Amino acid sequence: MSKFQFPESIISRPVYGTLTSRPGKAHLMIADAEGAEAILDLAVQDAVLMAKSHIIYIPKGTGETYTTKLRALKPAQFYEGPSYEASVQRLRHVLANAHQGLQVYLAGTEGLMGQAQNEAMQAGIPHTSIQTEHRGSVARRMQCVHCKGITEDVMHDPFQCAHCGLHLFVRDHYSRRLAAYQGVRVDAEDHGNIPEPQELYS
Amino acid sequence: MTIQFNEETFRDDYSFYNSDWAIKRFPFPFHEDSYMYSVNMEQHRGGPKGSVYEMRFDVDEHYVSEMKDRELVLADDPLRCQSLPHMTLAGWDLLELIMVSKSEDYPDLFELHRDGNHWRWINKPLGIDDTFTFLDETTLPYGPMEYITRQAQGDFCVLDQRDEMLWMDAGMVTTQADWSLDFDIGMNFFEWHAPVPLAHEMGIFKRALKFLLNVQQGAPARRLNWTMTVNPLLDTSPENYHKWGIQKTTLTPENLGAKQHLRVELQTFFRLPRSNALVFPIRCYLISFQDLVTIPKWGRRLHRVVRDLPVELATYKGFIDNRPMMLDYLSKFDDGLPTSPGVFPDLDTEPPLSG
Repeated sequence: MSKFQFPESIISRPVYGTLTSRPGKAHLMIADAEGAEAILDLAVQDAVLMAKSHIIYIPKGTGETYTTKLRALKPAQFYEGPSYEASVQRLRHVLANAHQGLQVYLAGTEGLMGQAQNEAMQAGIPHTSIQTEHRGSVARRMQCVHCKGITEDVMHDPFQCAHCGLHLFVRDHYSRRLAAYQGVRVDAEDHGNIPEPQELYS
Repeated sequence: MTIQFNEETFRDDYSFYNSDWAIKRFPFPFHEDSYMYSVNMEQHRGGPKGSVYEMRFDVDEHYVSEMKDRELVLADDPLRCQSLPHMTLAGWDLLELIMVSKSEDYPDLFELHRDGNHWRWINKPLGIDDTFTFLDETTLPYGPMEYITRQAQGDFCVLDQRDEMLWMDAGMVTTQADWSLDFDIGMNFFEWHAPVPLAHEMGIFKRALKFLLNVQQGAPARRLNWTMTVNPLLDTSPENYHKWGIQKTTLTPENLGAKQHLRVELQTFFRLPRSNALVFPIRCYLISFQDLVTIPKWGRRLHRVVRDLPVELATYKGFIDNRPMMLDYLSKFDDGLPTSPGVFPDLDTEPPLSG
């Protein structure tokens, strides 16, 4: 089981649910890594769902673990991509050509769900009507509030910004528009005093 | 009255200062000897003559220098001013509100001449004389919100109202108490306030939202908020926190009176007529402790408020580490005498510090 129970936090921090089959003319599912498990569970709920579904899947280090199973669901369309970035053009195309009645399901890491949600929002789908389910890594997508650079898959607090090199602490304050949490210089009031990084939720 | 504009800076050599006039009209935020969060809204329909509450958009001796500081911040980081695409009409609403208010409230400083949509705007302190077509963006050097808020003190959040909620969808934010417009833009009222401790649990934001959703045209509201800032730095942004955070450690018992500033926000709320957006100007006033304690009532009261403030609030407001030193300083201006109710100095009735 790869479901993690996030501790309660501030209101801007996203809360994830469990994917549920909803009536719709078409279904778009975007998942990475263990997020595939949520799609597999969803398929079990509704036998006719997959015939109207387009799955965009990024294995992200899980290799072939899930792709065979996902293909076996016989979705109307299946795409396996090497990275989220590589899938974005396809995702935008699908969203731009979507009709009313499309259901969007996101599953996997926070970074994947946040970025895909942002694309869907930009295509005019309200974030409140997009379903999400967290699976797998609890790593975060972080924005450095100082240099604005994004550091992907942050597992430790504090961490070093991949762009400007400052050591940042991990806040729970989250921007849907940036699909990122906020990172703030940890030693701003005491330069050089950088606490030992702790693994998130450890 | 004619205002003498200060030549001063809010960075580097920090030559900012308050005249005696500015000290006496400072918006002291504590109406009693203690502080806790409250919605504390009141109508914004004038106030005592000469006070910061009198006009819709207060203009004071810092106007010209504050606008220069804003220009520097924007040159360095244009993301401090953003407007989501659906907010342009609200920007025109805001431009109209500020131009009409300022030209009516300060006719010696600002003039607005309107002939249909053909407008001429004269801003004497900043040396601006522009003619443009109202609602035609191509006739202004910036978008309407940016154009007018480059000429108005304080930050401006322009909030869209939909689904019984307010959304931070546009703003000019260069004098903020440590929050980022670039990060928060697009968030709803509860989300952008998410990091504030205690107030959610107290139901403050639910009540405040209910109030704000119902602010009507022509019936603006206001409230005060406050924090502490070392040095008269307007741009206490998270973006630059890696640069200014260290300044908090430069306080000493000797320099505290001059360096430590009480930072007060006069927050006002106006419904905008065409867009139905709500504009939320956040005007920042700074006063050094040494100037503030020249008003005996304020010296006494500030000591008591800072001393008794819950730890969570002192931490959130960023002065928990400096609180002991601040109290050492302020205690010298608290002789234990009672203070009169309300925020005004009451210089004629409050006794001088007994010694």
